[in-house]
Amino acid sequence: MLRLEKRPSPSAFWEKASPFLAVILTMIAGGIMFWILGKNPFEAIRTIFWDPLFNDQFASYSRPQLLVKAAPLILIAIGLSLGFRAGVWNIGAEGQYIMGAIFCAAAGLAVYPVESRLVFPVMIVAGALGGFLWAMIPAILKTVFRTNEILVSLLLVYVAQNILAMMALGALRNPEGGGFPGSRNLSQIPAMANPELIAGTGMHWGVVAAFMAVIAGYILLQRHILGFQIKLAGQAPRAARFAGVSPARLVILCLGISGALAGLAGMFEVTGPAGQISIDFNVGYGFTAIIVAFLGRLNPVGILFAGLLMALTYIGGELAQFMLGLPSAAIQAFQGMLLFFLLATDLLTNFRIRLGQRKAA
Amino acid sequence: MNRRNLLATAALGLGLSFGGAAFAESHAKTKACFVYVGPIGDGGWTYQHHQGALAVQEAFGDKVEIAYQENVPEGADAERVLTQMALSGCNIIFTTSFGYMDQTNAVAAKFPDVKFEHATGYKREYPNVSTYNARFYEGRAVQGLIAGRMTKSNKIGYIASFPIPEVIMGINSYYLNAKKVNPAVELSIVWAFTWFDPAKEADAAKALIDQGVDVIASHTDSTAPLAEAAKTDGAVIGFGQASDMAEYKDGPRVSSIIDNWAPYYVKRVGALMDGTYEQADTWDGIAGGEVEIGEITDRVPAEVKAEAEALRDAIAAGTYHPFTGPIKKQDGSDWLAEGEVASDGDLLGMGFYVEGIVGDIPK
Repeated sequence: MLRLEKRPSPSAFWEKASPFLAVILTMIAGGIMFWILGKNPFEAIRTIFWDPLFNDQFASYSRPQLLVKAAPLILIAIGLSLGFRAGVWNIGAEGQYIMGAIFCAAAGLAVYPVESRLVFPVMIVAGALGGFLWAMIPAILKTVFRTNEILVSLLLVYVAQNILAMMALGALRNPEGGGFPGSRNLSQIPAMANPELIAGTGMHWGVVAAFMAVIAGYILLQRHILGFQIKLAGQAPRAARFAGVSPARLVILCLGISGALAGLAGMFEVTGPAGQISIDFNVGYGFTAIIVAFLGRLNPVGILFAGLLMALTYIGGELAQFMLGLPSAAIQAFQGMLLFFLLATDLLTNFRIRLGQRKAA
Repeated sequence: MNRRNLLATAALGLGLSFGGAAFAESHAKTKACFVYVGPIGDGGWTYQHHQGALAVQEAFGDKVEIAYQENVPEGADAERVLTQMALSGCNIIFTTSFGYMDQTNAVAAKFPDVKFEHATGYKREYPNVSTYNARFYEGRAVQGLIAGRMTKSNKIGYIASFPIPEVIMGINSYYLNAKKVNPAVELSIVWAFTWFDPAKEADAAKALIDQGVDVIASHTDSTAPLAEAAKTDGAVIGFGQASDMAEYKDGPRVSSIIDNWAPYYVKRVGALMDGTYEQADTWDGIAGGEVEIGEITDRVPAEVKAEAEALRDAIAAGTYHPFTGPIKKQDGSDWLAEGEVASDGDLLGMGFYVEGIVGDIPK
């Protein structure tokens, strides 16, 4: 009989090292899967992890793409990590991401075709506001009616997706698009575009914002009283209350910040890489960011690297698909393994496996 | 050569080309690449495009190399996939879903030496972008006739994907030709807002069956609607969509529209290899072989089968057009006068239902 026993003091080393072990285990298990599929496992792993960075043919293009793909993940994950530390579980970043994009596109297109330097900053504010307001729904429901924010925020994702479809087909539809769904292409309108800032680097305003969020998150957690309160509320909720931390205020702040950051991510995506509001604008960044937050140990610098690693598996995974003919489901399974092994190594860091029945105390 | 060997060969070929030799080598061997919106195993749309890709390999053997990618979302990711394909030495890239239109043109601008072929789109912003499509509404007319004759409840259904002209055209053709043989017929439409999502497609079929619909046509990519119809013990019939879906022949599938991309793909890749390739906008139907009507099963009475086949042959011969006047729009205004035939421009921009269809096109 197997059972789990809580370790009295988990190893500080393994708490830091478990993500690395998880990556290595994923490579091994994924390699076995690729081998079963009839591919050379070493070639597959090299294509996923090495080629996007160092292959002569691709690297000059895929290295900057890494930033493009990682930026929204990092931006969202930084916001989520604050809440996760405080025990506020915002699972609906995907919905906030969508609403940020819709608000920003609506604000920009409302003044189309005005060409002013002010349009883009207004759109940034609108994007953050969209995500913020969408996150306020679970926040207020939780503080006033004590609903569960996990459920409410998750279910609001599906509401947001339907609003997105409605916007793409209705209010925001491109009037010159021949009846096809989807808004005007914002990235082709100079006043609204979020272009590559330095050619060939992939660096757009969203990448800049992601780096700023990492720094701000770091300062907040290390130096600011709010960061202290967040950590305290997560580790010792009762002590936090005695110390004068208002749980309601913390819920509002954590959901509000994560919502605003997710909204910003949507804003930079819709004005840049995606370009337009379309029915399938969202591709799961809000959910993947949850993995990124935990893979990065809820630590801003950790999240930076976790976001880049996750982006690498996406881009390398695409390469592996058409270079080696791997089915896309195999790549998704590979990414899923990463979360699985991370959770498993975390579990074993905090618990040990015991054989036999528990002895009577 | 089975698929695994073929892929291994492709992979080996790529392996050799690492280290910058790809561009030199690419002239010796033509590389044709395909971008799919769903998985090859969808049994429908993407499956048929992949059959076309395999036909190219079959036709040219060692002289071509095939690469493809499944499940590419229609958005920012598509642009990256296309760019990586172009960088990997693809000479011609087929983008097989409507939603890749802007990305196809954007990447084509950066790689003028690579040919891009976009399915079902209308933008050809650069000389290296061609578009191709098939007149699926011709197949819909045959399905409509069968539906109108076969329905007992006089309620027929349509699982629609996105409210774009391509889909609206299919709905109108299906309805018009059903009504022609059965004036009492009513059409119910469910919008799934997806090309491939078996769960949503099954839900849509269920909703139609609950409304009393007994013939279902679908404009989505999977076999889920047929699987749902199969649960009704023969009360509900349907059609194979995009692919023959022959595995449901003993069940609800009475016929099908088969998208046959193979001749087009072989022709275009061949033209590229012998230097006769030119930018084009292709729109063939039953006559050109791109649209095939799958075998009509014995569940359909012989006289209906004969009638349906006669309709198919008339369309192929050009003696009948599924959109022949008099036809009014849903709002009662005139569209086509007696004997008038719809222009291609009208069809490609179709944003209205014809008279008699209930409900609104989603806005």
